[in-house]
Amino acid sequence: MSEREQEPVEQMYKDAVHWHVNTGGETIHAKRMPGRFRSYKWYASVLWVLYLLTPYMRWDGHQAILFNIPERQFHLFSITLWPQDIWMLSLVLILLAMTLFGVTAVAGRVWCGYFCFQTVWTDWFTWIEDKIEGNPVQRRKLDEAPWSARKLRLKLLKHAIWLLMAVITGITFAAYFTDAFELWQRYLTLDAPPVAWVVLAAFVFGTYVFAGFMREQVCFWLCPYARIQSVMVDKDTVLPTYDEMRGEPRGKAKDKGNGDCIDCRLCVGVCPTGVDIREGMQEGCITCGMCIDACNSVMDKLDRPRGLIRYASRKEMAGEVLPPLFRRPRVITYCTIFLLAVSGIVYGMTHIPPIELSIVHERQPLYIQMSNGDIQNRYTVKALNKTPATLHMQVSLSGATGLAIVDGGQEIVLEPGKMIPAHLFLVAHPGALTAKKVTVNFVLESVESPHIRMEYESVFMAPGGR
Amino acid sequence: MAKQNKPQHAPDTGHEWDGIRELTNPPPRWWMITFHASWIWCVVYFILYPSIPLVHEATKGILGWTQIKELKEAVAENDKVKAPYLQKVAAMDGQALLADAGLRSFAESSAKAIFGDNCAACHGAGGEGAPGLFPSLADDDWLYGGDINTIIESITDGRRGDMPAHEGMVDEADIEKLADFVIASAEGKGTPEGLALFNDTGCAGCHGENAAGGAINELGSGASNLTDGIWRFGGSRDEVLRTIRYGVNQEGVANTRIAIMPAFGGKLSPEAIKMLAVKVHEFGGGK
Repeated sequence: MSEREQEPVEQMYKDAVHWHVNTGGETIHAKRMPGRFRSYKWYASVLWVLYLLTPYMRWDGHQAILFNIPERQFHLFSITLWPQDIWMLSLVLILLAMTLFGVTAVAGRVWCGYFCFQTVWTDWFTWIEDKIEGNPVQRRKLDEAPWSARKLRLKLLKHAIWLLMAVITGITFAAYFTDAFELWQRYLTLDAPPVAWVVLAAFVFGTYVFAGFMREQVCFWLCPYARIQSVMVDKDTVLPTYDEMRGEPRGKAKDKGNGDCIDCRLCVGVCPTGVDIREGMQEGCITCGMCIDACNSVMDKLDRPRGLIRYASRKEMAGEVLPPLFRRPRVITYCTIFLLAVSGIVYGMTHIPPIELSIVHERQPLYIQMSNGDIQNRYTVKALNKTPATLHMQVSLSGATGLAIVDGGQEIVLEPGKMIPAHLFLVAHPGALTAKKVTVNFVLESVESPHIRMEYESVFMAPGGR
Repeated sequence: MAKQNKPQHAPDTGHEWDGIRELTNPPPRWWMITFHASWIWCVVYFILYPSIPLVHEATKGILGWTQIKELKEAVAENDKVKAPYLQKVAAMDGQALLADAGLRSFAESSAKAIFGDNCAACHGAGGEGAPGLFPSLADDDWLYGGDINTIIESITDGRRGDMPAHEGMVDEADIEKLADFVIASAEGKGTPEGLALFNDTGCAGCHGENAAGGAINELGSGASNLTDGIWRFGGSRDEVLRTIRYGVNQEGVANTRIAIMPAFGGKLSPEAIKMLAVKVHEFGGGK
């Protein structure tokens, strides 16, 4: 083979010198350093502390947030959502998606870096690890050391606390679906239903394995949102970025002619996913800003200006000025959809009908001729009473001529939370009808509270008509 | 996993084509774990469940799981849920069942399948019947009575209509006159002369003095009301003539009308019949 032919292949190998894929072969022991972004991370954790506490909150004598699946009712404070209102869920999902998209377009993977449960639980788990086994150097040494009474004690303690946290996470999740206090009691007396045990087992396993062992591997290889968010980033998006112009060539601080980067690798040491931010934006970066804190602390020590690694967009790095937020098409689009979803949810929440009503016209037979020649149609009333009280609904017709309700304007009793189908019959003398198919308007009015009034349009069918 | 991240120095298999070497970096550990877990799952599944097709049947699997067993368990589970309601239905009479909205609804839903299996073939899925052949259950014209208890009785014991063949018994001219009379009286235009003939020829014995049916219905002949707009066997002159000439359910008479409702008492449980009766009653004509 000639040398010329071999060259491209050698070039490929040379290009691939930095080729490093973190497939979990080594445990990443990230150093924990105080700083601005470290504080942000703690503040964001509060969101998840709320998750852990919410099930114990009460409202009007019931659990404030309760997803009661067997009874198909979702309680959100004073609002009760029925399966019929589930369309709002799609708006909530759109809203969450738009929040994610919008924030990602502006500031990158903020969700990943600060709010994601994977990030937060991993952070809590490594914090425990740090408290028990010591700093990353001590941890690596402990991992490599042969088994001893001390190692066994430390490892047992750590895993016990991890498992306890996993159990609490699981019970908390299950507590959103049933009464939290009763659930604890049933778990503790080993009396919980099988589904509760399955949920708990799944969550304990998931939390313990994902936060304790897989950690950044989840972000690298399991999580689809990590990949989705990467494509939402553009040249305007601010991301933790290494200022190459200022930093390179990197080298020892005492050597003259080097850039500001002293190649201390502290930015790599603090990174929870083990990436080197100086190689540029990459899939492993969850934009948590730990490297910024680390680098700033080094720059402070060297009396060099902060911000060698900083939140900046590619445009800023190229010396361009960022357009204001409201002039960016993506931001405008995401915000518009966001606002539409919010208004839909607000409308839905404030306009939940007290009764879910449908009046179904019988199709087989469409009509029946009675012995006196009248035509009778049968309707099935399906009304779900979403109020907490029994309702007596008076049925009448509006705007219909020649039609009468059999047993004239009977009452339908609606028990709370129940839907018992009832029948209604309309009769008409064939001569009184104007067409084969007449539109009828049923009006249901509550005897107890007249403001509860429902209308429902249906049809009356007859064989002849004029 | 990729233990060696610098390809130049990575161990290889010795295979080389045009300078491209086949490296021996093993797949990542998580991948290998997933791989082994997957085939172990397969083997366990094959042992536990029916899986390997043999000549006549598949291997049975040590759990002994079958689809039909699962179905039977599900049916048993369903029966268990329904049992308390069925007990209540058994303890109540038809009237009380109609008055209880919840149980009435339960009865109607439960009877849907029973009606479809046993009744709908003749009476139609909505009880609409088939004109001239099978009576409608949804109108208010009842040959044997439309209150819930009579409906229960009709289903349990069945019904058999009976009307003599009048050909040869009554003059042909009178038969024609009678046909004209009943067709007219269905529209409320029956003449006194017609009614007189109706009484003279003995029709009133079953159909009542005014041709409006009568107490005789409760005796079980199913003589219909001839003054209303509903025809059991068709209201055209030809159909009416046929009914008068050849009667209903007359043995040995060609062209006689057939009107037999089988008895379901031995086939369906009393609760099922009670629930069916509720459904029939609620078609729209129940009294």
